[in-house]
Amino acid sequence: MAKILAVDDSASMRQMVGFTLKSAGHDVIQASDGAEALKLAQVNNIDLVLTDINMPIMDGITLIKNLRTLPAYRFTPMLTLTTESGTDRKMEGKKAGATGWIVKPFSPEQLLATIKKVLG
Amino acid sequence: MSIDMSQFYQTFFEESFEGLDAMESGLLSLDVGAADIETVNTIFRAAHSIKGGSGTFGFTAVAQFTHVMETLLDEMRADTITVTTETVDLLLKSVDVLRDMLTAVQTETEIDEERTIEIQSALEALLSGESVASSSEEIVGTETPTVICWTIRFKPFDYLFKTGNDPVRIFQELSELGDFSVVCNTEDLPLFEMLDPELSYLSWSIKLDGVISKEQISEVFDWVDGDCELEIGTEDQVPEKVVANLPTVAVPVPEPLSCSDEKKIPESTPLAATPAPALVKDKPTKKSTAADQGSIRVSIDKVDALINMVGELVITQSMLGQLGEQIDDDRLEKLQDGLAQLERNTRELQESVMRIRMMPISFAFQRFPRMVRDLSNQIGKEIELRLQGESTELDKTLMEKISDPLVHLVRNSIDHGIETPNDREAAGKSRVGIVELNAFHQGGNVVIEISDDGKGIDREVITGKAIEKGLISESDILTDEQVFDLIFSPGFSTAKVVSDISGRGVGMDVVKRNIRELGGSVEIQSKKNEGSKIIIRLPLTLAILDGQLIQVGSHTYIVPLVSIIESLQVKESQVNAIAGQAEIYKLRDEYIPIVRLHNSFSVNTDVTQLTDGLIVVVEGDGQRAGLFVDDLLGQQQVVIKSLETNFRPVEGVSGATILGDGTVALILDVTGLIKLSRQERIVAA
Amino acid sequence: MEATHMTQGNIGIEINAEEDQYLTFIMAAEEYGVDILRVQEIRGWNNVTPIPNTPTYIKGVINLRGTIVPIIDLRERFGMASVEYGATTVVIVLKVIKDDAERIMGIVVDAVSDVYNIEASEIKPAPDFGGEISIEFVSGLVSVEEKMLIIIDIDRLLNSGDLKIADKVSAKS
Repeated sequence: MAKILAVDDSASMRQMVGFTLKSAGHDVIQASDGAEALKLAQVNNIDLVLTDINMPIMDGITLIKNLRTLPAYRFTPMLTLTTESGTDRKMEGKKAGATGWIVKPFSPEQLLATIKKVLG
Repeated sequence: MSIDMSQFYQTFFEESFEGLDAMESGLLSLDVGAADIETVNTIFRAAHSIKGGSGTFGFTAVAQFTHVMETLLDEMRADTITVTTETVDLLLKSVDVLRDMLTAVQTETEIDEERTIEIQSALEALLSGESVASSSEEIVGTETPTVICWTIRFKPFDYLFKTGNDPVRIFQELSELGDFSVVCNTEDLPLFEMLDPELSYLSWSIKLDGVISKEQISEVFDWVDGDCELEIGTEDQVPEKVVANLPTVAVPVPEPLSCSDEKKIPESTPLAATPAPALVKDKPTKKSTAADQGSIRVSIDKVDALINMVGELVITQSMLGQLGEQIDDDRLEKLQDGLAQLERNTRELQESVMRIRMMPISFAFQRFPRMVRDLSNQIGKEIELRLQGESTELDKTLMEKISDPLVHLVRNSIDHGIETPNDREAAGKSRVGIVELNAFHQGGNVVIEISDDGKGIDREVITGKAIEKGLISESDILTDEQVFDLIFSPGFSTAKVVSDISGRGVGMDVVKRNIRELGGSVEIQSKKNEGSKIIIRLPLTLAILDGQLIQVGSHTYIVPLVSIIESLQVKESQVNAIAGQAEIYKLRDEYIPIVRLHNSFSVNTDVTQLTDGLIVVVEGDGQRAGLFVDDLLGQQQVVIKSLETNFRPVEGVSGATILGDGTVALILDVTGLIKLSRQERIVAA
Repeated sequence: MEATHMTQGNIGIEINAEEDQYLTFIMAAEEYGVDILRVQEIRGWNNVTPIPNTPTYIKGVINLRGTIVPIIDLRERFGMASVEYGATTVVIVLKVIKDDAERIMGIVVDAVSDVYNIEASEIKPAPDFGGEISIEFVSGLVSVEEKMLIIIDIDRLLNSGDLKIADKVSAKS
């Protein structure tokens, strides 16, 4: 099963995402902002990054940009969790190197279906 | 799916209320006209999180309302809407509405829809012209299901892999939509020695047939939109030449199928998204994650259990300490060293466990900016609120209990302390009055000061009022301290007009009583025309108390040190018996009733002559009394245990504790004892 | 093979769903029973800390692993002649349930006797037999090995008089 880094400044979202992924048998590492996530990514072998965009300290876009500069994360799938259904945010994420996105609100089922796509 | 979303509600509510508080304090600190972008961002983020969470957890009304707020905040962020007082006021009202909505959802009560709609319309009006995007996505028109044979040409740009995307993933997804076949085009593959394995050189021609809409196919390519050349058409539309006459390589992953002419519907029509795997709820990975290193949410119950256990440890240590004193051996010294170390460790452990319950006082302070703003608008005063020492920590329970008295005191400062701008100007002061809240640690206490630069307390007014009320007589000569203390007397109110701000029936006497109940004290300093300062001292925690051990007969009791004024040996000449029963002790200028503990508690003791024992002068609820006890023992910190857990409240006793020898000692409730002895006297008379 | 496997499961198990276990104790030559599931522990008599202004049957409180537990002398509660505490005097620590509240209390009895399995149907309603203990605290009588056991309703007994929860009104005036 995959090791997934879930980043969100909202504790309830972290709980929901974390619980859902763990229930599906994944190993979940959580962070509440980009800076914390970046640190955790450097000491773990992450298979998939799920990150919120709007976060204090370091936002999701910056996190992805930073992760992509690390050799270990050049090809790792990274999805943004975004409430904006408009294209701006999605594209901003993509420009930074995100693989794709999941639009909030999403159900546990939608989350699992989406990550299944990326993890194959 | 067996995931019960309600398990996340509690966290959602907690963080949302915190978010609302953050929004409120952010809004209050916004400078009209030149809003600090970081502050706007913080406010936006809080709204954004509440919107995301409420949407996810199915609180649609909250999500919709927050969406409008968020849109407005986004405009502020983008500087297309300027920050005006009106905008801030409206957003503050929105915060209130949102707080009410969340409370309603949490308590499963009705949302005040009228108010919600009113504020939401106001927000929308502010956004007028700006389109308030509906949160629902555009619904894709449904087509009549017919089998279409799609041809797709997909040529990713060479950097595709660096986005984490993989054509194989896309093919798998496509193959779930219908009959799928793919042909790989390798014409762009460079010579092997020139090949960069990190780049993508291939392109593919895909045939897909089934009841599939173009949107469904586009959606699969959604994430790579802009990272590839993509053509989606029906068989006849895509020019054959793209794939014609080229060397082809079969891609092994999905099973190649040819597009049949019969256009039959596949047996299983996987139109819907991937079926979700069933979740087993009670099988979460046990491994703890390195998450949330900054802070954790722990239920108070768990912390209390820990505190209890540490309390036990303290008792064990003290028991061993007593034992250690009795052992007569060469190794005594080593044992004592060990015990001393155990004591240090225990104490440190206890302190760090206690710290878990501690929270910064900013939690209590954060409501004031809003309150001061609202109040000063209401009564036409100009006030600047200064907060200091917001990171000073104190026990969560204490924080909750000190909050209301603080509100009362701040209201008082604004209402009675600070003058109107004109009066201030006339007195040679700045038009803007200053109210300052300051918190800091001093010794084992937390000190909270509420000060203002207002008109101060006029001792003539106070004494006049006190004489009128019969609290003092005209011949009394009082110190400033004694005069100010009169304000805390029951029923004492100096406001000429009882305003709806501070004259709400709860007087300063209640404030003082509440603070004393927390084991704290309150004091006033004031200078006429310069201002007043109210100083509150609180213990750091309610779970531990500094106690004086006293002895009556064979029993040991504990008197909270904070209630003790002094202890003294009785001089026969200073005791008067009134009506042959009640004994009064003349302590300097004051007459205090003597409470014989052995009588109050019906305990046998040989010490019944006042001159044989000691008087411990205590104060509770503004009244003094002399507790007559056999002897004073040591002083020590005790862990407070409730008698009510397994029994019931007992008059004159506030709780119990466990001493070093494992026995239980009762902690005296001084106020209750004074009351109890007065009742006895009435009965006896 | 399979057949033998299946039959083995039923051998040697004699669980009767209707039966409950009771711990019995002696007081003034009578034997009383309490539901064993409510018994937390049995301990010897140790000094207690008296609580002021409470009836004498409330002996005081003890420290039971960090919680404060009241100790009630059952003889005195029932108005029987009190006896000197001796070597067999024990304290039975019980869990008392009233509505949602669970409390831990100890009762002082002359001696602990035995544990019996008793079927619910064997317990007969108690007539007002004029015993020492008020009929309201007795949930029934049962004969075991030619003795009569008095089954005590501890929830009712230990929520009566001065032990009542939130009974602030009844304070002496």
